[in-house]
Amino acid sequence: MPPAKPPQFKSNVVIRFAGDSGDGIQLTGTQFTSVAALAGNDIATFPDFPAEIRAPAGTLAGVSGFQLNFGSQDVHTPGDQVDVLVVMNAAALKASLSMLKPGGIIIANEDGFDAKNRRLAGYPDEENPLENNSLSEFLVHKIPVTRLTRTALKGTELAVREIDRCKNMFILGVLYFMYNRSPETTIASIQARFGKKQPAIAEANITVLKAGHAFGETIELQSGRYEVRPAPLNKGVYRSIMGNQATALGLIAASERSGLPLYYASYPITPASDILHELSRHKQFGIITNQAEDEIASVASAIGAAFGGSLAATASAGPGIALKTEAIGLAVIYELPLVICNVQRAGPSTGMPTKMEQSDLLQAMYGRSGEAPVPIVAPATPSDCFDMVLEACRLAVEFMTPVFFLSDGYLANGAEPWRFPSAADLPTIKPGFAAAASGDKPFLAYQRDDRLVRPWAIPGTPGLEHRIGGLEKQDLTGNVSYDPANHERMVRLRQDKIDGIARFIPAQKVDAGPESGELAVVSWGSTYGAVKTALQQLREEGVDVAHIHLRHLHPFPANLGDLLKGYRSILVPETNLGQLVRLLRDRYLVPAIAYTKVQGQPFAVAEIRNRVWELLKSAQPSAR
Amino acid sequence: MSTQATEPPPAVFTARDLVTDQDIRWCPGCGDYSILKQVQTVLPELGLPREKIVFVSGIGCSSRFPYYMNTYGMHSIHGRATAIATGLKLSRPDLNVWVVSGDGDSFSIGGNHFIHTLRKNPDLNLLVFNNQIYGLTKGQFSPTSPRGQVTKSSPLGAVEHPFNPAALALGADATFVARSADRDQKHLQAMIRRAAAHRGTSFLEIYQNCNVFNDGAFSLFTDRQTREDHVLYLEHGAPLTFGPGRRKGIRLRDSGPEVVDLDAAGLSESDLWIHDETDLFKAGLLARFFGDPRGIDDPFPRPFGVFYAVTRPTLEDEVHAQISGARSRSGQGKLDALISGENTWEIK
Repeated sequence: MPPAKPPQFKSNVVIRFAGDSGDGIQLTGTQFTSVAALAGNDIATFPDFPAEIRAPAGTLAGVSGFQLNFGSQDVHTPGDQVDVLVVMNAAALKASLSMLKPGGIIIANEDGFDAKNRRLAGYPDEENPLENNSLSEFLVHKIPVTRLTRTALKGTELAVREIDRCKNMFILGVLYFMYNRSPETTIASIQARFGKKQPAIAEANITVLKAGHAFGETIELQSGRYEVRPAPLNKGVYRSIMGNQATALGLIAASERSGLPLYYASYPITPASDILHELSRHKQFGIITNQAEDEIASVASAIGAAFGGSLAATASAGPGIALKTEAIGLAVIYELPLVICNVQRAGPSTGMPTKMEQSDLLQAMYGRSGEAPVPIVAPATPSDCFDMVLEACRLAVEFMTPVFFLSDGYLANGAEPWRFPSAADLPTIKPGFAAAASGDKPFLAYQRDDRLVRPWAIPGTPGLEHRIGGLEKQDLTGNVSYDPANHERMVRLRQDKIDGIARFIPAQKVDAGPESGELAVVSWGSTYGAVKTALQQLREEGVDVAHIHLRHLHPFPANLGDLLKGYRSILVPETNLGQLVRLLRDRYLVPAIAYTKVQGQPFAVAEIRNRVWELLKSAQPSAR
Repeated sequence: MSTQATEPPPAVFTARDLVTDQDIRWCPGCGDYSILKQVQTVLPELGLPREKIVFVSGIGCSSRFPYYMNTYGMHSIHGRATAIATGLKLSRPDLNVWVVSGDGDSFSIGGNHFIHTLRKNPDLNLLVFNNQIYGLTKGQFSPTSPRGQVTKSSPLGAVEHPFNPAALALGADATFVARSADRDQKHLQAMIRRAAAHRGTSFLEIYQNCNVFNDGAFSLFTDRQTREDHVLYLEHGAPLTFGPGRRKGIRLRDSGPEVVDLDAAGLSESDLWIHDETDLFKAGLLARFFGDPRGIDDPFPRPFGVFYAVTRPTLEDEVHAQISGARSRSGQGKLDALISGENTWEIK
């Protein structure tokens, strides 16, 4: 056998795995991800689940996807377009082909393209896309994965169903060959998962993985082999983390760093449920999780726990937040700490539950009766969910207020390498508990400190017996008051307290680019990655555009207005009809330009690049 | 946390200590005054320090209650008091938590929380003042108003079939179901005592007269002239008797319960239905002694007292047992280990 061709070097590669929900697509994707991570690549991943739980096999509705971008340089998005498309059946090809780059590679399980599969995918009779030259602009590797898997496992005791379940390992083996990766990590992981309980299954998976690897080597895939070298990541110890997981860990960290027991209540909803699942697994931290009877009960019970002195949190997506709204208003007038996580999804109403959107910013900002200000923070990346939910907890506890944490479905399910912090380096959170008193004088539950924050007087503390309520309160005492001047005073005090938080959050920095100049792109939430990558590419081409990314959306950092006024133009890309842009224009009277997209999909890097180019071009005549 | 500090001995307090400095805003003559008085009378007997007691309410006339109790208190939003109280009790099992609510608050806007709270059984004392009317919003029919009731929102008479709260509670698998009335002071005190002593959610329905919008709704059960014939006091282990001299009774036959006149039928008390608070099926029958919400033309007297009382693990016991179990299996959680997870790699 001639020696294998030397590999070609690539700066980054985007692979998309697609197949039936039962094909093990997510597992294949995460296995490849761990191997790439261990090899030192920077990574961003995004699973694309079908909306239906178990759609009929072979249909378009049942296609499950997993996209992975791994590179030898910084990676901030799972990639606009796919370099390599792995399809396990005809439906997977039909659903994903539009994402493939011209000239891209298709690895197809040709056994998934029989007449039945083609019919289920909606291809015309007798039309096999693998045979009819329709894919001539791509490089297609047809591999009879099902048959080869069965052959590799011939003579084993396993049933055909069990054998067929190993076929994702064959594909993984082929890819490990293509990208010059050792299968050892995956072998170890298979051993750890099945080795003891089901040694025959472990053995079969390993056999097929090796068979796939050998197959790639033997047929010397004509596309050759590729090498993606390690990225220049900062030194340190890393793990892979998904957004919802980071949110859950951040809540636990906040509990530990505040000394407050964590109380988390929610009602199942896509895409927020994984936070509940994750927290429910860590009861040894003293966490109380309450899957309540409905959205309202979940937030209400969290408010009860907050009154009792817990670090209380609830989560949902837009429709559930709408149901919680009245109770959030109650927490505002009570002035009790409460963290509300909104893992945003495409709306209105039920909308597209599995698709991302950033369209609940104005809901968080204004969606309550009366004057009811609530601070808002938003994470930029999956791992940033950890830091920002910790920040939400800090603001809630130290300022005695509900706080919104706005994540979205893209951050929630996306993953990236995380150089995780040590617990001792995390900020501490200081609850302002009121001390026991003699009870001779009435306790003033709404007497404020210099930051306008009231004391947290929890039941069980002698001498502080007091009543709180949703009726307007008399200043200081908290007794019911209908006095007009008192109402105005209380409304303004509550607003001033939230506005004053601006003094206790970090000043706004420019993420990259000049501190003033022609154009600043202002992003928030999960738009970070696409904007950062686009502006990086432009910078390499000599176009220096500033990137300002907001993580505190209410109140804004104190210096934001001055910073924005240093740029001639401001572009605000958002996956909504222009929500942050309204807040910026309203607050600072700057002529910010909206760039909006509402498709349930994140921005592609190229879309941001193109829009920036357009803007710079149109600005040129007046600039010169 | 500061709440884990050594507990002081129970504060000696009296009913007078429970009175707040707030003027009471209920209408003169409202049944709520009596209920407040009976709660303030019973509470000092519990031997708890005042700071360990919390009253949580929703919205409605009844829900002003916490403002008049010098304990910790939360006046909240319509229908949600049980949910708020559940979170408080789950996170602070050391507290003695009461919920004060009304028929609209508990059975209409808060109906979902009501049934789920009973099912989950946190240790709460749930006092529902049933006056069969919306009082605070000035007189609309409620989910317990009798069919045909003329109110501001039903000038031609309410067309809806009303709830039977005791049957609803039993249907939701409540562990404690009792009924009393505002004017029956001694009985009400006894029921408050029983509710407080029960571990689990104690549902006490209190017939409460709204003298402004629905005066006399319960007069059959509270007026001296009619009370004896219309009220059946339930006592565990005792025969079901009522009427003048308690010479009428309830006999349980294969065909169902029947009212008997002991003297006319030549029966003795031993022939009668002996009340058993732990018998769910009999409690179900008693709850159905409810033809008309006001008792008009009912074939049976209206039961007052404890219908049903059994113990079942409380929600907070179960939740905290899981936490202790997790800790005894894997030790107190370690934050660094949690953050790093099981699969890490190093970039050198």
